[in-house]
Amino acid sequence: MNPAAPTPEPAPAPAAAAPAISEAERAELRRQGILLTSIEELYNWGRSNSVWPLQFGLACCAIEMIAASMARFDIARFGSEVFRPSPRQADLLIVSGTVTKKMAPQVVRLWNQMPEPKYCIAMGACAISGGPFKQGYNVLKGIDRYIPVDLYLPGCPPRPEALLHGLMELQAKIRTQPLTGPAAPPHLRPGADGGECVIPDFGPHDLEPPHDSARWQPPRLIRTE
Amino acid sequence: MGTIEQLHARLSARFPDAALTVVLNPGPAAQHSLLVPATQARAIAEFLRDDPELQLDTCSNVTGIDWPEREITETVRRTVTEPLPADAPPGTAPAAKVVEEKVRRVVPGHLEVVYHLYSVARGHGPVILRLRTVDRGDQVALPSLTPVWRACEFQEREVFDLFGVVFTGHPDLRRLLMWDEFRDHPMRKDYVEPDDYEWEPTPHDRILTQAQRHYPAPPAGSGESAPR
Repeated sequence: MNPAAPTPEPAPAPAAAAPAISEAERAELRRQGILLTSIEELYNWGRSNSVWPLQFGLACCAIEMIAASMARFDIARFGSEVFRPSPRQADLLIVSGTVTKKMAPQVVRLWNQMPEPKYCIAMGACAISGGPFKQGYNVLKGIDRYIPVDLYLPGCPPRPEALLHGLMELQAKIRTQPLTGPAAPPHLRPGADGGECVIPDFGPHDLEPPHDSARWQPPRLIRTE
Repeated sequence: MGTIEQLHARLSARFPDAALTVVLNPGPAAQHSLLVPATQARAIAEFLRDDPELQLDTCSNVTGIDWPEREITETVRRTVTEPLPADAPPGTAPAAKVVEEKVRRVVPGHLEVVYHLYSVARGHGPVILRLRTVDRGDQVALPSLTPVWRACEFQEREVFDLFGVVFTGHPDLRRLLMWDEFRDHPMRKDYVEPDDYEWEPTPHDRILTQAQRHYPAPPAGSGESAPR
């Protein structure tokens, strides 16, 4: 740029009104050796490809989770091979199996100990709803009664391919997360606190509270005729 | 090892003051069991373990049964003598008649603990022992057989947890599956589980009554459809 003939500085366009570049245009630029991206995209690309699950299994679903981490299915292809033995280092809680009422406070405590940003996969019928033990006395009827679940992975148990598919869906979800605004992850929202989930107490007849009323309500039946 | 009757005869000879009863199993499994009085259960168990012919060295299974109080109707045959008519000749014997009566009887409720014993040394079994509590309320104590067979420890804890049988002499009688603060015994027939029903697509039987309570049908004539 010639400093003798300064061009007037163009008024910065508001971010929302910035013309979006299409995927085709970006591919064209890439062919010319120009890599165009945004911080948001780069950041999400990075963290979606290094989702570290917590090394934590509950029942038969955990066997499938372990199989997914082994050479045949190889969850390492998706950057998730580092199963962390500590919740402080984990990004993803895979609730893999039946959550008994006796185990539920520990699962919630593990979730509370994980730092933001964190994600939860309810793997298998039991973690989603209690599964075949739904009408029993000692099984929690779905982990979503206490902790927010990002992805429900049905199956009894889901095969490793299903877990890999679930992980890919979770990666897609992470990639579309904005870094600003109300939909951003809590650790990027100033003043926002993801908040600790309620750890239930052991009561004389049931867990107390039996579910976190702020996060979960029994489904309502809407009749239409 | 012989039949259950032979075992019963042997034990009765060895423990003459113990009221042993053979409980027959009419099913095809024909696994007959021996009802053992609680007061002598420990001594009988030690005899079964140490007797050189029996050598029942392994307790493979301990389980509980809850028998609530129930009313049964029994047919009882009774001989009645009819009173003689006034004009009967002297010396006539009164006529005897057999009458069948239906008697209703209340069997008091109790808890039962069942032990399955095998002999690894001699390769026979099972010998099945039953122990009964006095009732289902306060008198639910039974002697623990953990000092005889160590394998009973966790299973007796489970029976204590789920049925509420208190094993005296157990080294570590705590709840096994439910948490310590839990107050109920879930495998008892009169256990009422916490009402944390949520909507289900195809409720039936007991779940259907729960569904109707939690999601009551709309009043008739409101134009809305009732839940299935």
